[in-house]
Amino acid sequence: MKKYLIKRLLQSIPILIGITIMTFAIMQLAPGNPMQTMIDPKISAEEMQRAQENLGMNDSLPVQYVTWLKEIAQGNFGYTVKTGQSVGGLIVERLPATLLLTGTAFIMAFAIGVPLGVYSATHRYKLPDYVLTVISFVGISIPSFFFGLALIFIFALKLGWLPTSGMITVGADYSGFQLFVDYLKHVTLPAIVLALPTIAVVMRFTRSSMLEVLNQDFIRTADSKGLSKKVVYLKHGLRNALIPVITIFGLSIPFLFGGAYITEHIFNWPGMGSLGIQSIVAREYPVIMALNLFTSILVMSGNLLADVMYAWADPRIRY
Amino acid sequence: MNGSLEVSEEKIIVQTEESKSWRDNAAWKRFKKNRLALIGAVILMVLLLASIMAPVLAPYSPYDSIKSEAGTLDVLAPPGSEHILGTDSLGRDMLSRIIYGGRVSLSVAFVAVMIATVTGVLLGVIAGYYGRWIDTIIMRITDVVICFPVLFLAITVATILKPNLFNVMLIIGLVSWTTMTRLVRGEVLRLREMDYIEATRAMGQRDFIIIMKHILPNIMAPIVVQGTLQTAEAILTESALSFLGVGVQQPVPSWGNMLNEATSIMVLQFKPWVWMPAGFAILITILCINFVGDGLRDALDPKMKN
Repeated sequence: MKKYLIKRLLQSIPILIGITIMTFAIMQLAPGNPMQTMIDPKISAEEMQRAQENLGMNDSLPVQYVTWLKEIAQGNFGYTVKTGQSVGGLIVERLPATLLLTGTAFIMAFAIGVPLGVYSATHRYKLPDYVLTVISFVGISIPSFFFGLALIFIFALKLGWLPTSGMITVGADYSGFQLFVDYLKHVTLPAIVLALPTIAVVMRFTRSSMLEVLNQDFIRTADSKGLSKKVVYLKHGLRNALIPVITIFGLSIPFLFGGAYITEHIFNWPGMGSLGIQSIVAREYPVIMALNLFTSILVMSGNLLADVMYAWADPRIRY
Repeated sequence: MNGSLEVSEEKIIVQTEESKSWRDNAAWKRFKKNRLALIGAVILMVLLLASIMAPVLAPYSPYDSIKSEAGTLDVLAPPGSEHILGTDSLGRDMLSRIIYGGRVSLSVAFVAVMIATVTGVLLGVIAGYYGRWIDTIIMRITDVVICFPVLFLAITVATILKPNLFNVMLIIGLVSWTTMTRLVRGEVLRLREMDYIEATRAMGQRDFIIIMKHILPNIMAPIVVQGTLQTAEAILTESALSFLGVGVQQPVPSWGNMLNEATSIMVLQFKPWVWMPAGFAILITILCINFVGDGLRDALDPKMKN
């Protein structure tokens, strides 16, 4: 296990380098000098001169890449073109809101997806199974922006049950439990939009994994021992069926972060996603690039996590 | 010697093709059994026909703001006898824009998937067949590109390039080849070790012929399935890009940019006919493609199930 972990970590290094090279390459396509954005525009002209020399803006591309990488490693993600704010600071500022939203969606996806998958598997080829199958297809087929708009239309505008946007009621000054309830009201719709495709995937995955397990001898043994259906399904079946489902844990993290872009935009959620959309509208390439870098590293870590957790959960797997 | 072998081989192929009418083809029989896939295929056919015959079917031009008989612009008119789906904020007929929008969205997705499939298959075959350092290089590049979520990468490149129709196709195509590459490489690796390929190679057949005649035909099933599912993804990506304003640009209608009007809360709340039809059009199309893709997977390659 330890050996596998080290091997897998070492394998990520070339990928990580590749990710930075690709981000740097895309940055070269963008208008403006990407190195210029690494300098704080609020400093004096003299300091600017020195900073430009330090960064070697006229160096060859490979040298520029190394300089850029050094700055990134030191936490300097550059400055926005129009307002001169630090990109790293902007992202850190927006990170908590995104973590809250994706965290809620993550819990929702597994809390709903796994039970539905088990239900679908134990009712195979019966009406509920078919209905859930069609629903899961809808879940992976519906564009998040359309689903989000439709939910706002129904639950916020027509029924008036939930707020249309934001994370908390502005100016309400709630605290404690009231604040929590207010947050829950705001997070419900965006979390559902964000979680739906993952719910569908988790459900289908749990279903097929459960069906596979239920076919095995030890389940028949448990059944013939006279154990109740509930114990056979949940204690013997589900516990084994959940092993492959664990891989979706890791794989769904980047998916949720990616989906946050459009969902946050629709619901005006003050996170990284809406920052990304605002940057697209304002053509703030340094922010877009930093978010790209951040997300791709997240995807890589998610894949790594999925592999490692799978190996950890299933001792039968040897690499 | 070599020549005679090839002739007899061709004869065998011809014979099997003659004896097999597509109606009693095993794959077709399996596909037919999947009712969802069948319904999906029929609806897709209708949508395709509607897109092809858009100029005939659409009651108005998708670009013209239509004046009513009184001479005023019919802006945001609700569905009625004159405009079955109403009009948008510029007084353009919604039904016509939906039909033309389908034409745009489907052709963008189709071309994008073509680009992605050709790229993916080419890289996958080269990596899988030749192996060694070329395989390592291609697969490491794939590992890197796959880390960038398709929508993210597409949005980023779309903000940099000019968002015209051609670029949207190119962008979606060039960011979504990775899954196909991995799939094709795996299949080629499996086939390369098979006896009949080794035999052909031992006979001195050129690599190009082996790949085109003996490998590609045998991995068509997974390629077709993956291509189908990729089309659904491409439509989703295109609509998201256009919705965000970095994809297909107004006045050209696409289902995605038609939904953009719903970002105005007034339209969202009181003029649902402006955004709902386009949304349902995207949903139904993608749903049907996914049904068909699932049906094809079960029909063409029963091993791939689950």
